Amino acid sequence: MFRSHVMVCGGTGCTSSNSQKIIDEFNKEIKAAGLSEEVQVVKTGCFGLCALGPIVVVHPEGSFYSRVKPEDVKEIVLEHLLKGRVVTRLLYDETVNEGIVTSLNNTNFYKNQMRVALRNCGRIDPNNIEEYIAYDGYRALGKVLTEMTPEQVIKTVLDSGLRGRGGGGFPTGRKWSLAAMNEAEQKYVCCNADEGDPGAFMDRSILEGDPHAVIEAMAIAGYAIGATKGYVYIRAEYPIAVQRLQKAIDDAREYGLLGENIFSTGFDFDIEIKLGAGAFVCGEETALLNSIEGKRGEPRPRPPFPAQKGLFGKPTILNNVETYANIPQIILKGPEWFSSIGTEKSKGTKVFALGGKIKHTGLVEIPMGTTLRTVIEDIGGGIPNGKKFKAAQTGGPSGGCIPASLIDTPIDYDNLIAIGSMMGSGGLIVMDDDTCMVDIAKFFLQFTVEESCGKCTPCRVGTKRLLELLNKITSGNGTMEDLDKIEDLCHFIKENSQCGLGQTAPNPVLSTLRYFRDEYISHIVDKTCPAGVCKDLLKYRILEDKCKGCTMCKRVCPAGAISGEVRNPHIIDTSKCIKCGACLANCKFGAIVKE
Amino acid sequence: MKNLQELQDIRDKMKTIVNTRENHDDSVNIIVGMATCGIAAGARDILNKFNEEILKRDIHGVMVSQSGCMGNCQYEPMVQIIDGDKKTTYVCITPEKVKKIVEQHIIKKIPVTEFTIDQVK
Repeated sequence: MFRSHVMVCGGTGCTSSNSQKIIDEFNKEIKAAGLSEEVQVVKTGCFGLCALGPIVVVHPEGSFYSRVKPEDVKEIVLEHLLKGRVVTRLLYDETVNEGIVTSLNNTNFYKNQMRVALRNCGRIDPNNIEEYIAYDGYRALGKVLTEMTPEQVIKTVLDSGLRGRGGGGFPTGRKWSLAAMNEAEQKYVCCNADEGDPGAFMDRSILEGDPHAVIEAMAIAGYAIGATKGYVYIRAEYPIAVQRLQKAIDDAREYGLLGENIFSTGFDFDIEIKLGAGAFVCGEETALLNSIEGKRGEPRPRPPFPAQKGLFGKPTILNNVETYANIPQIILKGPEWFSSIGTEKSKGTKVFALGGKIKHTGLVEIPMGTTLRTVIEDIGGGIPNGKKFKAAQTGGPSGGCIPASLIDTPIDYDNLIAIGSMMGSGGLIVMDDDTCMVDIAKFFLQFTVEESCGKCTPCRVGTKRLLELLNKITSGNGTMEDLDKIEDLCHFIKENSQCGLGQTAPNPVLSTLRYFRDEYISHIVDKTCPAGVCKDLLKYRILEDKCKGCTMCKRVCPAGAISGEVRNPHIIDTSKCIKCGACLANCKFGAIVKE
Repeated sequence: MKNLQELQDIRDKMKTIVNTRENHDDSVNIIVGMATCGIAAGARDILNKFNEEILKRDIHGVMVSQSGCMGNCQYEPMVQIIDGDKKTTYVCITPEKVKKIVEQHIIKKIPVTEFTIDQVK
């Protein structure tokens, strides 16, 4: 019996800021203090507040220590664990109010959240199957195998209203029933863990923090559609997730929860991991199946759909990690419970990866229908440095921008589509006034140009030409006719590309054109970039009356573009200037302006 | 694992361990004073005894935590039990007294008045 549990985040974010060292240090100091029998150190999955990592939570008090350094560990052990005095200086500041420690669940970050898919992240040791079992793990599988028919399982998932969390939003139950209807001697259950959107990391965090939930759900899906074999397609760039998932699969086999004759019911199911090389197109379902088969990761024409002819030509279902993570809870708590959360057509919760210009970078899970304002201002803590919210980008390279005027939109599948964006896998990138929308469109398009597999011409050539048009605008050579050309080309690419990658690639351009057309026009007509990002349109200038002639700018300029005598105003030679901004950053008199 | 009962057994065994991580707002809080004075008077044994008794009797909704100096060093080891808005302070606690407190105060909800601070003072 351990009276105290020290939970240290072992997600990728905190691991990269040295949380393993913190764990080692805790073990060492706890031993030195003679507390090894009383205190347990647990390496968990992601807590969500990645901005404040590395995170350490001490139970039973629930003290939430943020930005812990290995040097702080001794103090926590000697003060908190040995003498019962919470180290307030390390607590997350929102949990301390005038010296009184409040519960984490009352903080803005957590109180508006509802954790279903992430419920075990930060609560269990993902490498310990028994801790997962303690939180009702594998009970849903047991219930399904002993009490339900495959039809009842599919009906439960259908009734819950669960839709695919990978981006498309296709009803999960429908997918399962289509695959169940197709007769075959072998069927497959696949899991898409090829999270490719820049800025999205929820699938990785679920696999790192609660891998058994995905394994259990895949076994349930196997029973529902009549499959005995599953594949998890995961990118090799996620080493921690791969390692923990493999350990989880091995443990599940050892406990008889995977393999033959599970729970003595005659049901067989096993899972294999397939590593992907990180191509964005392999997140597209047919390209992913090709890749599992060992072929080149290129999409196949649909129909036939995977539910008819999928992996190795057999009926296959492919769901995203987050979709699977919801399944055991739906089985245990019932479809009514799940469908009571969310909006009319979007049920349940959605995990978002908050990134960009926001205070609380991290992972949040909200009920569908929560407004963007709640996510950004309350949960996310707002925009840092007193800047103004300009837009949020959802759906990654396939999605679009939501401008500040639509901040009160309740987030669900249909609302996001209606305003020209999409749910996508849940990346949410927040932008402030310093962001140039043309530049953002260029950034995402550059990504799709690089990631296009090249199989079909509209995507391969079209996105390249589109990028050239945008480059023309940001370099100051654009014309108003280019805007029409861009729109035409966007629609052409959308209508003629073979797979989802090309069909959605123009979305960032279209949505920025829709809401920020004036910024495009400024680039074309006034030859300026209002946000001051596009280098070709920028000019640095020294204000003669403010310049004291301190020579600082002249000394820091790497291009030798600044000239002038001591105590006399300096000048910038714009032909030599590389627009690095070093002069502006170093001027003590505010004499340099960017325009 | 061959049947659901085995799964249930693991769940029950582990539940008692992970229960420490659950913060129930309505749970009864047993606080043991663990400053230098408390530790010197044997508070560590008291803390462990509470945990042991609670585990043995499979009691739920109870949180055992520690605090710094409670200010009456001559009466250590001291224990406070907070149940909603009721606060009871026990002094000069021994492992035997712990057993009685768990039986009476925690299970039957009747404070053991003979060990409270006003009686001893």
